[in-house]
Amino acid sequence: MKKFSISSILSQLLLLFFVIIWIIPTFGLFISSLRDKDLLAISGWWTSLTTTEVNEIYRMSGMESQIEEDGYFKIKGKLFEDNSGKKIESFGITSKKINEFNIGDVAIFKDESEVLLDEDGNYEWRSKTEFKKKKGKRLFTTSLSPPAFTFENYREVLFKEGIGRAFINTMAVALPSTLIPLIICSFFAYSLTWMKFYGRDTLLAIIIASLVVPLQMSLIPILTIYNDFGALFGVAAKSYPGVWMAHTGFGLASTTFLLRNFLKSLPNEMMEAAKVDGASHYDIFLRIIIPLSIPAFASIFILQFLWCWNDLLVGLVFLDQVPSEIILTAKLKELLGSRGENWEILTTGAFVSMTVPLFIFFALQRYFIRGLVAGSVKG
Amino acid sequence: MTILNLVFIVFLGILFFIAYFHISNYILDTYGNKTLKRYNFENSIRVIVFITPAFIVLFIFILYPVFETIRLSFYDKFGREFVGLYNYKWAINDPEFRRSILNNLVWLLVVPTLSTFFGLVIANLADRIWWGSIAKSIIFMPMAISFVGAGVIWKFIYEYRGPENTQIGLLNAVIVSLGYEPQAWLTIPMWNNFFLMAIMIWIQTGLALVIFSAALRSVPKEMLEAARIDGASELKIFFSIIIPYLEQTILVIWTLITIIVLRIFDIIFAMTNGEWQTGVLANLMYDWMFRGGGDSGRGSVLAIVIMIGVIPILAWNLYKHRQEQKI
Repeated sequence: MKKFSISSILSQLLLLFFVIIWIIPTFGLFISSLRDKDLLAISGWWTSLTTTEVNEIYRMSGMESQIEEDGYFKIKGKLFEDNSGKKIESFGITSKKINEFNIGDVAIFKDESEVLLDEDGNYEWRSKTEFKKKKGKRLFTTSLSPPAFTFENYREVLFKEGIGRAFINTMAVALPSTLIPLIICSFFAYSLTWMKFYGRDTLLAIIIASLVVPLQMSLIPILTIYNDFGALFGVAAKSYPGVWMAHTGFGLASTTFLLRNFLKSLPNEMMEAAKVDGASHYDIFLRIIIPLSIPAFASIFILQFLWCWNDLLVGLVFLDQVPSEIILTAKLKELLGSRGENWEILTTGAFVSMTVPLFIFFALQRYFIRGLVAGSVKG
Repeated sequence: MTILNLVFIVFLGILFFIAYFHISNYILDTYGNKTLKRYNFENSIRVIVFITPAFIVLFIFILYPVFETIRLSFYDKFGREFVGLYNYKWAINDPEFRRSILNNLVWLLVVPTLSTFFGLVIANLADRIWWGSIAKSIIFMPMAISFVGAGVIWKFIYEYRGPENTQIGLLNAVIVSLGYEPQAWLTIPMWNNFFLMAIMIWIQTGLALVIFSAALRSVPKEMLEAARIDGASELKIFFSIIIPYLEQTILVIWTLITIIVLRIFDIIFAMTNGEWQTGVLANLMYDWMFRGGGDSGRGSVLAIVIMIGVIPILAWNLYKHRQEQKI
């Protein structure tokens, strides 16, 4: 067979096309989160490796810093921070003509003071008469800025915007919301598989029906229960335990179903042998079932954990939207509304919220896929 | 609540359930065999110990709410007075509801179909190419990201600046470089729905892809070899062998994505909040849970409409389960 047939090349190109389309959005977000926020606001992320033309306004220093030299009163200073790497192309002294002067030109203000500017942003402002104003005059610069990458956005988002706390809150929601259903469903699935009791088949049918019930069906009644419960005992209606139990409830059917499918595949003889040896169901569960189920537990843990970590609706309805309770997705949504133009905050915030899922994705992909495939086979 | 407190209650919450099972079973193991002579009796108690927590949760969070939501849909906004079909009549005449139903239907038509299609095509391509598994990984990655995170990613792509400014949104930058006017994509009625759906397709294709990849391994290699030797083109093989062979899987994935799309909420809530005619049922329902102090009657009707969408799937699952039990 020809290895480099036209059809093989075509399929490679087609797949490459899909891959590029699929990776670009996330890649753009990642690059943007590392860019200097001033550059991010004025140029596309795909230009981040080239120099960018930036227009800025600076104010020179006021009268305190003047010195007398060669018969002039002078104020010297620099516009840019050290090592900014920016090179001025042109500048102006009024907002109407921001490109009026080139480097080397002497710009003259109305009060006959003059300013000289070099391309690194060092200025010398001089006047025959003494400067009397506390605030200096404005300069409008057009400069070329080299690519600038920084972790500043991450520092800002984590500690000033409250994303750091939201990250901890999300962890406090997701971990118990994953472990609690795993604990109670493993016993539930065990009894549905290996114990005989009246109503077992009905219970199983209910689980299968519950698999597809949309969680919207539960929101209003449960919110009412929580409110009544809170009023009755004088505690907050919205709380972490409330969210854990809600997630447990919504994940119960799928967790039980997946676990039961797995347990069913274990050989019956093993249980029988253990029983003959006098082991109780709890012994069997601890000594045989748990060690054998580790891979299944891992898959289900990942699925449920990602579901809880990425959830928005449950966190929105069953938690107060205050700094000590708000979860990452709700926080991001809030930032989308209030800081919609501050892309350095949004992109960085989104990337922070994605770190845990992406870590799980790359480190434990095998279990993730296994869980998804197992869950889908039965629909 | 300080972080230390938070860690403490998380620990306590998890420990509570472990302790319940351990202590109750320990008691049963230690005293059960001595005092309760009959094995059957001990066994029944054990069943109760094993299933009670799960059953209580199932009852409170799924079973009771389903019936309560149905009841509430016939009651007024506070759930106190019986109002008959009033809420349903309101829904039928509400333009927002009609718009949401329409949008939901378009979502249901477009997203599962395209995600399944792309998933199948990509799985098939990746299966035959040496760097296929890397490609699959990349396309599967959005599955791990939250809908809100994906919303931010795509909002950045759709970002709009006035024509006099440099475009920082990729889509508008491309449009401008081709010589067209930049557009505020998310505010163009009807079309904006498709821009939102693109996000969902971007996410769900990964799901379809991994399941198809697993299923493709079950297609007999000899059959494909034979077809190739007979000179069938790859396209022909795809349509005449692979698609018929994976018919069941296609159906399963299509249903799976349909269920997810039916309750889609986050993407629209984060991107447009239902404005510019992008609302869907789940968003309208969330809205009515809190609008004007909340209206449990109208909210319940909307939940029931979403539920009606899954009833055929529910019935089919139960039917299949019954068939399996017989074997």
